Formats: sequence, C-alpha cells, structure tokens
Amino acid sequence: MAKVIYKLEDDISTDIIYPGRYMATVLPTETPQYAFADIADLNKMLNDKQVPQNSVIIAGKNFGCGSSREQACSTLKGYELIIVARNFARIFLQNSINLGLQTIVCPDVEASVGDDMEISGNKLINKTTGKSFDIIPLPQARQAIIDAGGLIPYTRKRLMEKTGK
Amino acid sequence: MLQTVVQKILARASGKSHVDVGDVLEPRVDLAMSHENAALVMNQFLEIYEGTGLEAKIWDPSKIAIIFDHRVPAESKKTATNQKKIREFVAEQGIAKFHDIRGDEMGICHQILPEYGYVRPGYVVVGTDSHTTSHGALGAFSFGIGATEMASVWTLGAILNIEVPATIKVVVNGKFQRHVAPKDLILYLIGQLTAEGANFKVIEYHGDTIRNMDTSGRLTICNMSVEAGATSGIVPSDEETVRYLREVAGVKDEINLVVPDSDASYVQVIDIDVTSLVPQIACPHTVDNVKPVNEVVGLKIDQVVIGSCTNGRLDDLEIAASMLKGKKVAKGTRMLVFPASGKIYREAMVKGYLYDLMEAGAVIANPGCGPCLGVHQGALGDGERALSTTNRNFKGRMGNPVSEVYLCSPAVAAASALTGVITNPNNGSK
Repeated sequence: MAKVIYKLEDDISTDIIYPGRYMATVLPTETPQYAFADIADLNKMLNDKQVPQNSVIIAGKNFGCGSSREQACSTLKGYELIIVARNFARIFLQNSINLGLQTIVCPDVEASVGDDMEISGNKLINKTTGKSFDIIPLPQARQAIIDAGGLIPYTRKRLMEKTGK
Repeated sequence: MLQTVVQKILARASGKSHVDVGDVLEPRVDLAMSHENAALVMNQFLEIYEGTGLEAKIWDPSKIAIIFDHRVPAESKKTATNQKKIREFVAEQGIAKFHDIRGDEMGICHQILPEYGYVRPGYVVVGTDSHTTSHGALGAFSFGIGATEMASVWTLGAILNIEVPATIKVVVNGKFQRHVAPKDLILYLIGQLTAEGANFKVIEYHGDTIRNMDTSGRLTICNMSVEAGATSGIVPSDEETVRYLREVAGVKDEINLVVPDSDASYVQVIDIDVTSLVPQIACPHTVDNVKPVNEVVGLKIDQVVIGSCTNGRLDDLEIAASMLKGKKVAKGTRMLVFPASGKIYREAMVKGYLYDLMEAGAVIANPGCGPCLGVHQGALGDGERALSTTNRNFKGRMGNPVSEVYLCSPAVAAASALTGVITNPNNGSK
C-alpha cells in the first residue's frame, strides 16, 4: 500500500463519487476522469496523475450509499485506489468485489493525509503512527469471485463449465 | 424450521425446502430489469463471452425487462446513441419486455414493472437500480445490483454466491391523520434506523396499517427502504396484492401468495403507531436527517418537484391537484410534475388533475426520472432549494452540489408550492 491521499466523511454517496450528470458515460475506460467531480481538489489530484497506484482514501461509515451505478466503482478502479472505510453500503461493496476495486472494512481506523499504511494479515497498520487496526474480512461467499479475478472471469468460468467446454 | 418471506422465496429459487440466514445460495432469477444502464450491462455481457467461442445469448429473454426512464427523451447525442444501441440489442436478443419512449408503454421502471404485471409474489427480482427494492410491495424479493452482476445474470440466470440476509420486522399499526401518508411513515422509519441501519438486511412490513394500505403506498415504502441501507423491503403478499395484479395490472394467470411463518426469526422488531405521526421531512444532505415538518416551516423554496418512482402515481397527483385546484403556485417558486408512467399521465389527464395543476402554475413534464438524480431536467441553480417527493437528497443529487434538496410527501409539497415556503398542510387548517 501507499500513502493516504485524502480523508472523507461519513455517508459518501455515489452522487459524490460519480455525479449523476456523468452517467451517460459508462465504459470503465472513460469513467475515471469524473471521479469525485464535485470535490475539486481531489478530482484534480487524480486527473493530474499525481496519485500512484494503491494510494489510500480513508472514509467514514456507509461509503458508497445510494445508487447502484457501477461507474462509482470503475471510476476509482481506474486509479487503482484502495478505499478504507468504517463500513460500505451493500451494492457498492458488491460492485467493488465484482470489478476488483480494493475495499477494506476497518471500523476503528485512524489516519491522516500523508500517513503510510500497510496491510498485515487481518490488521491495517498505520506505519506513521505505529498503530494497528482490525480489518473485518469480506463475506466469505464473495471470496470465490475475488479469487477468480472478478465477476467477469468468474461467470465466464461458470459458463464454460455449464456448456461443457 | 421457521422462515421469513425472503427465506421462503430464496429456498424455492434455490431448489431447497429451507434456508438459514447466512447460507450461501445461487437463486434463479425470475425477472431482471435494467434501464439506460443496459448499455453498460451489454458491454460487460459481451466481455464475459469474449474468447469463449460461444454466441452471446441471454439465458432467457422472456425474463429480461428494459425500460428507458432516466433520460427520456434523450438529452444528448451520447444518451441517444446508447438508447439506439440498446434498441438494436433488444431486437437481436428478442427481449419483449422492452419499454421505449412511447405512449402508455413508457414510464419509470419501478412503475412499469408492477403496472404491467411483470412482478409476482414470491419472485426473485433484480434490477440495475438501487430502488429495485420497490417491488417488495408485491411480495417479491427484489433488490438492486450493479451492471456486471446483471451481465452475469443475463448469462447464467442466477445470482452467484449470495448470502441469505437477516430480516428486520417492522410492525405498523394505527390510522394516518389527515395529510399524513406512507411517505411520512417511511421517512420517519429511515430517521429511526439511520442510513445504514438496515445495511445487508431485509425489512419485512407487517401490521394493520400495512394491511390496509394500497399497493401505491406499499411501493413508496419499499422503494425507500434502501435509504436505510436495506437490501430490500417486502410486504408479504395478500388480498390487496391480488387485487392490484388483477385490477390494475390485468394479470389473468394464477397468483401464488407467499407469507412468512408466524414465528419466523427476526434480527430486530420495530413497532410504530402512526396515529400520532405528523408530516415528516428529510433535510439536506442525508435521507436519515428526518424531522417533523414543523421544525423547518418557513424556509423559502425555489423548486417543488412532484413525481418519481416514490411518489409519482395517480393518488399522489390527485392529492396535489386537489390542494392546488383553483389556487396559484407562489410567485418565485417553480413547480414541476413528473407522472411516473404514460398510463398515469393519461389517467391524470382524463381526471383533470393535470389541468388543475397546470392552471395553478405547474409545469407538467413527460413521465421519467426527471430531476430526481440531476441527469436530465430540472437542475437547481447555485444556492437554490428544492422540496421534492423523490427519494434522495444527497449533496449534488439534483445536479448542483451547492443546492439543497428536502424530501416530503405530495401533500407537504403541494401546500408549500402555494406559499413558496416549507409548509405543514395541517397548520391552521383544522
């Protein structure tokens, strides 16, 4: 992992992550430009390519609440961000698993912008402060999808099994 | 071995006699709905088939519904081209439950599905829209999924690896006071549960108030259950479900009701008596920021919106028309009305509701999602405030991050349109 680049509050909705007015743009290759479009400094930081892969955004509770729009995941996946939140809304979490966006449920996380973060087993370690926090593992049922590299390859595998290919 | 409605539905759809909360299943899907975001589903669907040597065919086109509602008629060449591609795909795949921009066929997906009898009690329904929770009003287990998940459903006809959710039982009794409606009940409940209070859970609705409520009100309640984070809301099917399906949707074939076991196990039970409930309002910028309307009366309103999958049905328009008939919308306030479907639009026209509303100063727009999610019409200007019967008030929701959206019932919206400020319809009129 890398540094914390931004901190967000509770209840960040998909309207904040990917505003509705950009929803006609659907392709994962085209959505990243609109990530957090209404948070000007964050959007600029991302679009200016100042953010290395595996950079961390720290959020509060209920991240990704609201719409089922998958653009809210693909827009973040485009930067290979890691989202650490106290918890996630159901559809957003499932979309993340399906698309391979890294999400970490960490109810007690404490971190500031610029802190260095690392995962070690079921712990999230803030290397800057030396503190570590428990990670809540994803629902076990979803692991098969993650292991396959996302829902597209997983479904393709199931399709091939079904058709006997 | 006692089960909730959703356990029973998932057991049947998985070929089991009984399932427990937490069991991992692959239930068969009875109905899979998408709107304009079918454009992304198509993209993901074709990617699944890439390199397989197989022809990309939907597992069962009769179980797919595609409805244009978010941007109708198209607002841009991008949307128009997406819609064109979807039309071509629909023809190729033989999807009959396709609702284009056309007369009685058009409308908001969550209105079209019940109105056309596509949803039945006991169905597993998925939709690429978070408000797919609406269809729990007809006793189906109905929930929102993303586009890639839908592409997987199109391929295999099942939802892969889902866990049986726990259920919260909400028991509602008592009689609504004048100008208090199902919308006030669901806003109140969301305020109590908070925006994440039902995350990963189902809300099952019971009690005399629910039994006596028509399907329109049940749709409002199930629609907004997702705003408490719920996977779905569900009203166990009953005589009213049958009445709606027969009389409104014109369903002729057999309807099988699914009800929970009387001693099913619930993770939480909430009792509400609506007799003392007063009109509620959700204040910016979260849907759980709910207060009695009286706490915010007098705030100036720039735009009133009546419509959406939450409150754009005939009874909602009737309430607004009856309150505005022969009166005028306050100067300086815009009132936008979006009937939820073509059929509702036409009936409201025949009954004179649209005439009364327009005479009062309202703008009657075509059926669709309208300004609800800020993608098409009715965006707000900087610093403006809207009062809306829709379902979300997130920052930027109505197209502008420096505006405010308040959520309320049609009665509160109509009363406020007359004064230009947030108004409790019960103040000074008893």
